[in-house]
Parts: sequence; structure tokens; C-alpha cells
Amino acid sequence: MTVVGVELTDDDAEAPRVIPCLLLEGDRLVKTQRFAEPAYVGDPVNVLSIFNSFEVDEIVLLDIGAARARTPTPIAQLRHYAEECFIPLGYGGGLSTLAEVEAVLAAGYEKVVLNTALDRHPELVSEASRVFGAQAVVASIDVVGGVGGAVRTEGATHDVGAGPVAWARRAEELGAGELLITSVDREGTMEGFDLELVAAVAAAVGIPVIAHGGAGRRKQLAEPITSASASAVAAGSLFVYQGTNRGVLINYPTRPQLERLMGR
Amino acid sequence: MSDVAVVDIGMGNVGSVANMVRKAGGTATVAADPAQLSGAPRVVLPGVGAFDEAMVRLRERGFAPVLDQLVERGDVPVLGICLGMQLLADRSEEGVEPGLGWIPGSVRRLPAEAPDGAPVKVPHMGWSRVSAPRAHPLIDELDADARFYFVHSYAYDPVDEGAVLLRARYGGRPIVAGVAAGPVMGVQFHPEKSHRHGLALLRSFLAAAP
Repeated sequence: MTVVGVELTDDDAEAPRVIPCLLLEGDRLVKTQRFAEPAYVGDPVNVLSIFNSFEVDEIVLLDIGAARARTPTPIAQLRHYAEECFIPLGYGGGLSTLAEVEAVLAAGYEKVVLNTALDRHPELVSEASRVFGAQAVVASIDVVGGVGGAVRTEGATHDVGAGPVAWARRAEELGAGELLITSVDREGTMEGFDLELVAAVAAAVGIPVIAHGGAGRRKQLAEPITSASASAVAAGSLFVYQGTNRGVLINYPTRPQLERLMGR
Repeated sequence: MSDVAVVDIGMGNVGSVANMVRKAGGTATVAADPAQLSGAPRVVLPGVGAFDEAMVRLRERGFAPVLDQLVERGDVPVLGICLGMQLLADRSEEGVEPGLGWIPGSVRRLPAEAPDGAPVKVPHMGWSRVSAPRAHPLIDELDADARFYFVHSYAYDPVDEGAVLLRARYGGRPIVAGVAAGPVMGVQFHPEKSHRHGLALLRSFLAAAP
């Protein structure tokens, strides 16, 4: 059984990505609700290794600890996490200089995730995009109040004075290759994605949009793709908890399950 | 002497490539100096970033002439990954620098519109299946449903259709996903990030006799 003579259809082009989004605090993975009350999930090496064995599409690691404390990026730790992970990885958390971006990418990560930098160091977005390629730069946008609401940085504590569509366009203009759109209101609630928000942002930009915040059931994973023009979906609680009672269970659909979920 | 020398010009996930070579049962040397290529039985040329920057670094750091010699001798298999595959071409629309020119062709930007006029997101970023027009030792171990992680804004357009090793599909069109001519091979996707499918490909590369 080889790939010789396989007939490809447009369904074989770029299946929508389904991405565990994990929150790092120091050397522990945690999970929040509406960006508050972090609860312990597990050891990063163990959890990443489990996702690696599940052959997930990609993982985004958001270092909420480093971002808040403005501590230097823990490069040696990150390199260690990446060593056994043969899947695409993205990392973000208070990155503010090109040297930090370079160090993260060299440590085994495909992408850096920039959030507060969009506000405080916008030139970093452009420079990183120019030097490493737009595909290495993910602009992360956290939104309070849905499509008509406000973008917040710094762990959703600082209002930048812009709405999500305008901020998304700004990120694209600065050179981001991809957007991670997170509904702060839905995050950790498992109440479903904010599809209106995702659709508005996806319609406003030409770069891929990853929908994030609110996935509570596996069948909801297809909704941002089929109903809101997202290119990918990310989830935290859905993949680290066994259900709304929030008992930790690292989980991910199998490839056939994902294909059924996405209607392929 | 390691099984594989991984060219390191500071662009690309050299560590991940080396890690996967090890996982595949081989030994890898990360070569930041062209002298480290001497005697290497196989070479991998990874790359992430801009075409011109990579070509400038390959030339300025002395890799280009050493690699040219290896390819001319013909007894050292060379595998380009992602931008590393694009560098095998004569030129790229992304920049002005000449490429290595080992597999004639040009690298062109992915069209932003499908044939039916629908908008296409660029870069192509995600997992795609592949198809091969003919057998080749590098792809012999791949499952029929093998899928790989792609992230690129440009694609190879080889002069000789016989140089096409693999195709994928994106934006309603076929795209070249792999090229091969003699000892020189390239894949547009990232085997080092495509878990067991990438591992199968790298295992075949390790088994490739010079």
C-alpha cells in the first residue's frame, strides 16, 4: 500500500487542523475559565508525549506564567518539551524581542504566538514575519464581549481600544501569517464557540483563522470550519478534561473520528 | 561518522530533523560548518524562511560549493526539506538570488485564487495527503493514506515532469510536494513534524545507499 497512483481530491487538501491549546505556568500545565482560576492539568512532558502518541495535528503552548511575570523565555525547558514531539508546535508568552523569537524557533517550534506584542511591540510582528516568514508568526487576539466587543492583551487585563475585526486587520497588515482568535467569555466554559466572532474575523482577513474558546463537545469542533470560515480550531478543556465535571483526561479524536466530525 | 549531516545555516528546525533521524534509528550531525559535510554519507538541507536569505547564507558560509561537489560526484543522497527543497531550483519568485539549480525549475507563489475563482488562503498551512506518479525508494514505505504537515507560500515548478516525486492538492489545483533527480531529492512538507509518516520517509532516506 503506497502513495503511487493515489487519486487526490480537494478533500485531501489541507484537512482542517484541530489543535490542543495548552497553558503553561512555570513547569506545569494548567487550565483556566474565562482566563481566571488556573487549575492543574499535568506535567508538560507527559501531556505532550500523550498528544504526540495521539498524532495530533499541532499544539499551541501558551505560557501564561511567563507572560504575566515577564520572566525570560525558558528556552532550555522549551527545547526539552519539543524533543519528543514530532508534530508542529507553537509557543507564546510575553515574547517581545526578535532574539526571543529566534530562540524559540531554534528550540524546535514552528511558530511563535504574539499577543501583547501586537500592542506594545508591533514592529516585532513585522520583523519576525520578514526574517522568519509569515507562517512562523501567529497573532493571538483575545476578545471580551464578542464581535462587537473589545480586544484585550496582557491576559485580558488591558483594553487596547480596538474591536476584534480592526485588530485582526492590523495583525494581518503587520505581517502575521495566521490568527488565533480567542473568545475570553467562552474560554474554559465548554459552552460552544462564539461563531459570530470567528466568522466576522475570518471574513475580514486573507490569512488563516484558528477559532478558540468554548469547545465543549467534539461535534462542536466542526462548527467554526463549516459555519464560520475558520481554517482551524483550537481547544483546551475539551482535550484535557473528560467532561464538564473537569476530571483531567488527556484525549483527542482518532483520525477516522476527525474525518467523520469534519464531514469528510 | 554520522549517518546524516544536517546543514545548519540558522534557518529551520535543524534540531527537530536531527531528533527524528535519531528516532528513525540513525545518527545525525548538525553541520554549522561545511567542513563537517566531508565524508557524510547523506545530507539533509532543511530550511524555513526566505529564499534569498538562505541562498546568501549557503554561499557566504561556504556550503554551496561543497554541496555542488557532492551532488556532482553523485554518491551522496541529498534531501531538501521545505525551503530546502525550493533551494534546489534555479530561482524563486520570492527573491532575486539564484538557487542551487540541481533540479531545473522555478519556485512560484501559490495562487490566491482557485480555478473557480474562490479565494485561497496563503500560506498553505496544514496536513495534506500525497500521491506519487511512480515508485521511488524514498516513498516506498509510505501508507496510501500518508499525510504530511505543509507550511509554505511557494511551490516548485520543475522543468522536467519526470522530476516530480510527489504531488498534493491545494486551492483546487495539484501542487508539487516532492522532487527527485538522481541523488538529489526534496519534499515540500516537514517530515520531522509529520509523526509516523515523516518517520517512514526518513527511515527510507537512511536506507538509501549512496
